[in-house]
This record gives sequence, structure tokens and C-alpha cells, in this order.
Amino acid sequence: MRRAPVTLYVALALTALLSIAPLYFMLVMASRTTSEILSVPPPLVPGGELFDNIERVFANEDVIFGQALLNSLIVAGVTTVSVVVCSSLAGFAFAKLRFRGRNALLLVVVGTMMIPVQLGLVPLYMLMNKLGLNGQLSSVILPFLVTGFGVFMMRQYASQAIPDELIEAARLDGASTWRIFRSIVFPVLRPAAAVLGLLTFMERWNDFLWPYLALDAEHPTVQVALSRLSGGYYTDQALVMAGTLMGTLPLVVVFIIFGRQIIGGIMEGGLKA
Amino acid sequence: MSDVRRAERATQARRTSATGPVVPAPTLQAVRAPRGWRKRGGGGRRGTEARVAPYLFVSPFFLIFAVFGLFPLLYTAWVSMHDWSLLSGNEGFVGLGNYQDLATDSQFWRALVNTMGIFVIATIPQLVLATLLAQALNHGLRARTFWRMSVLVPNVTSVAAVGIIFSLIFARDFGIVNWALDSVGIGAIDWQAHRWSSWLAISVMVDWRWTGYNALILLAALQSVPKELYEAARIDGASAWRQFWSITVPMLRPTLVFVTIVATIGGVQLFTEPLLFGSGVNAIAGGTTGQYQTVAMYLVQEAFTGQRFGYAATIAWVLFLLIGVVSAVNLLLLRRIRSAD
Repeated sequence: MRRAPVTLYVALALTALLSIAPLYFMLVMASRTTSEILSVPPPLVPGGELFDNIERVFANEDVIFGQALLNSLIVAGVTTVSVVVCSSLAGFAFAKLRFRGRNALLLVVVGTMMIPVQLGLVPLYMLMNKLGLNGQLSSVILPFLVTGFGVFMMRQYASQAIPDELIEAARLDGASTWRIFRSIVFPVLRPAAAVLGLLTFMERWNDFLWPYLALDAEHPTVQVALSRLSGGYYTDQALVMAGTLMGTLPLVVVFIIFGRQIIGGIMEGGLKA
Repeated sequence: MSDVRRAERATQARRTSATGPVVPAPTLQAVRAPRGWRKRGGGGRRGTEARVAPYLFVSPFFLIFAVFGLFPLLYTAWVSMHDWSLLSGNEGFVGLGNYQDLATDSQFWRALVNTMGIFVIATIPQLVLATLLAQALNHGLRARTFWRMSVLVPNVTSVAAVGIIFSLIFARDFGIVNWALDSVGIGAIDWQAHRWSSWLAISVMVDWRWTGYNALILLAALQSVPKELYEAARIDGASAWRQFWSITVPMLRPTLVFVTIVATIGGVQLFTEPLLFGSGVNAIAGGTTGQYQTVAMYLVQEAFTGQRFGYAATIAWVLFLLIGVVSAVNLLLLRRIRSAD
């Protein structure tokens, strides 16, 4: 690795500035009144209305924003736990157990990663109607309980992290496959499971198209609530920006705490594909 | 983190060996299998358990995917061959009638041109910028994690938030972009009003969210290029430019293919940014004359505003095909890059 020249730091600083700028404007606008936002020249530094605006977001009766935050937490939380558990189980089986049809099934898993599942939204809508789940949170949880990406990621990690001898020794001691998974395999998989969990949580928290179509006014996620806030004839820009800030903040906090792990997961995911 | 890095190195090590990473070498399996069988051979019950367990372990994935992934996908094809409405259900088989209608549907073609136009305008600069950014990040930097995090922040922001924030940044009367353009004497632009300007604004949203993410994936690929290749090239007197074209680009090619295909799958389904770029109850129309309505928006409009499920399913199925075709074209184009060297 060559040492970096100063010009490189300048270029990177400019890139970082461009990355942060729109979020900074969100903060500026969320802390102003709507008339200030609509004035020319536009405000460039934060004002003092932030907490008033946030209070108005939560008091707004059309979008039940507090409920929407909670709903997003439920949807993202449940799908994350399910994806991590199902992916660990299947990933372990594909990496360490021998069974007929293993390679063919693994190819199917890889294939599902290339298929844009959300384009099946018409039959999915009909299916949820049949199940009586349209509008409910479960209609946006069920389709995302498993992902091919998760299975593949855990399979790759398991195949290099778990020595075959460890499993064979446990088998000789009479342990069942489930026992081996619980006591030996899952503890080893934990770092990868954590990264998969973070990536899944962020993706589900941010998901828009299917929740926008499937959820009714009583059960919005945060992203759906935001689109309703901003979609009216008359738009209260300060209110919308304060809501957008509140919907973005939880993930930014998660990202600041777990940034290294998330970056590691993304870089690894790219290498493996 | 150290675990992740170790995993990274392990994968790289395996990549450089002759066998591919996905499919284990068959000979190895053949040698190992009998050993495993003998060990399990003792108790009948334990043997059955060990034989059934793998299927039980992979079954949650396949069962759930079959119901909520595969079935909707295949059923889309069936629905597309019917007159099918949201309220009254199946109103009869029409064969390829919906496809014939679609072929002469000017609104569909306009949406298709919009989608492909935005895709091209967004993707080409994005890949170039991401490659440059990956090169920049591949130096011995101080505060390495800080720089990587700063380019990934946009990707953590939700698509809905991006659409909402940027539609204010590009607002006609009070947006910061127009204020800046006005200050330097270019004059304000009504970004939503024209085809080219709305495409450009939407492309900026897409690129803002995805360039850093793709840069990190390309960075991972750059780091797996053996340093000896560059050293050998330098000894042979190759310039930095020559090294970039003859070593970096060919070595990045598989990752570029991957990144481009992911961008294609996302780009063909583009929906949220243009939806939130517009405003009002008719935002799904993508502007007054549909100047920035994408195919995915038209699909949703037909399904839920027009209540024509059969026709919407036809659009969805054509989108699948489109993703396949565009991915294939990308593969061919990127193969050219290698043969050029």
C-alpha cells in the first residue's frame, strides 16, 4: 500500500462532505419553520424549532408516527431474528453436512439472490388477501422471513470457521445434529450472524415498495408514514423534515456504533458473490 | 471485526486455489463420504437422524421461499394471461392478449424509455466514480474506518428519506440547488417540468445513495489483487495508467459485473425516488405528462389505481425479461473490456 498524498485527503474530504450535506440540510430544515424553509435565500444553518417540529410530528393525527416507529421496530426485528436463525441452520447444513442434492439446492439458493422477488407483488397482494392479512404488519413480515443472501453468507462463513474434526468428535460422543448446531456451531457463527442481523435490520427498516402497497392507514411503518406526511396537497415542509429526521436517526445511531462490522459485512458480501 | 477480516482473508486464500468457492471438489467428497457412513453406521436411530437432519435444517428457507417468493413469481405469469381485476377477480383467459396490448401501449413505452434513460444516466457515472473512490480508499489512509463510514452514510439513509430530502433540495422556488444556480447566473431550473432535468435529479438521488456502497465492494476486490502483479509490472516499466488498464480493470471485472447486475436489478425496479420526487395524490403518474414515470410506477398504477391485475402482471413479467436482457448486455460489454487489453 502506497502512502496517501495530501491531495487524496482533500478529495476524500470533499466526497465525505457531499455524503453528509443532504443529511445536514435535513437537520437544518427540521429545525426551521416552514416559512423559513420557503424563503430565499434558503437557511444554511440550523434554527431553534427542532423540538417543536418533532412534537408536532408525534402529535399529528393522520400518520400516528409513534406507532409507525414501533411498527418498523417490530417488522425489522422479527424478520431479522428469523433471517439469522433460518440462515444459520441452512448455512451450517450446506457447509458441513453431507446430503443428497446438496449442491443442486445450493445453486437454487444462489439463484434466488438474482430474482427480484418484489416484482411478484400482484400475486403476493392476492395471497395476502386470501389469508386475510392485507393491511396488517404480518403481510410485510412473512415474505421476508428468509433470504438467499443470508443462507449463502452463513454457508461461506461456516465452511471456513468450523473444523470438520469438531463435528465428527461430537458425533462420536453421541450428539444429535441439533445438539451439535446449538452447542458447537452457533457459538462459532455468532460474529457472522451479528453482521447478517445488522444488514437485514437496516434493509427491512428502510424497505418501501411492498409496505407502501400492503399496509393500511392503521398499520404504517415509518417509511410509509413519511410518504403520507409528504404526499398531501399542502405540505408542511418543517413537519416532513422533522419526521424524516426521526425516521433516519435510529439507523444512523446503529451505524455509528456498528459501522466497522457493517462495512466488513458489505465488503465481504461483494467478494463472495 | 477481526473475525470478519479473517473470514475475508480465508475467502481470498480459497479464491486463489484452483477450485471455485461455491462447489466443493467432488473427488474430496467421494473420499470422505464412506468414512462418514461407517461412523454413523452404529445405531439405527442415530443414522436416520443424521440423514434427515440436513433436510430439516434447510427446509425453513425453502418452504418460506416457495410460498412467498417462488409462487408469486410463477403465478405472475398465469395472472398475466387473464383479464383479472382487483375487485371482481378472474374474468377469463385472454392468452397473450395483454402482451399484445402492452406492445402498443404508448404509456408503457414512455415509462420504459424513462426507466432506461435514468438507468444509463445514473449507472455510468456511478460506476466510474465508485471505481475512482475505491482506488482512493485503497491507500494507506489515516482514520481508514472514518473515510469508509463517511462514504457509506448515504446508503444507511432510507430511499424514502432520500426522495423527500432531495425533492426539497431540487425544489423550484426555494430549493438550494436553484438558489446556487441563480447566484452564479445560470438561472433556476424547474427540475420536475422537463424530461432531462427530472431524469438528472432522480439520477443524482440514486448515485448519492449507491456510489459509496459500490466503492466499498470494489475496494474489497482491489484488496484481493496480488501486490506482486503491480511490482512485476513496475519492474517491466509499465506506467500507472497502463497498470490500471492492464491489471486493475481486468482483476475488477468479475466484481464490476456483479455490481452492474445488482444496479440493473435495482434500476429496472426504480420506484420510490421518482414517486416522492413528485407530490400530491397523483404522484404515481410521474409528472404532468409522465415525464419521469418509471415502469414500476406504471405497474403499480395499473394494479391499484386502474385495478387491472392481469395487465399489471404482464408488466411485471416483461420487467423480469428486461432484467435478464440488460444483465446479459452488461456481461457482454464488460467482457469487451477484458479482450481490449
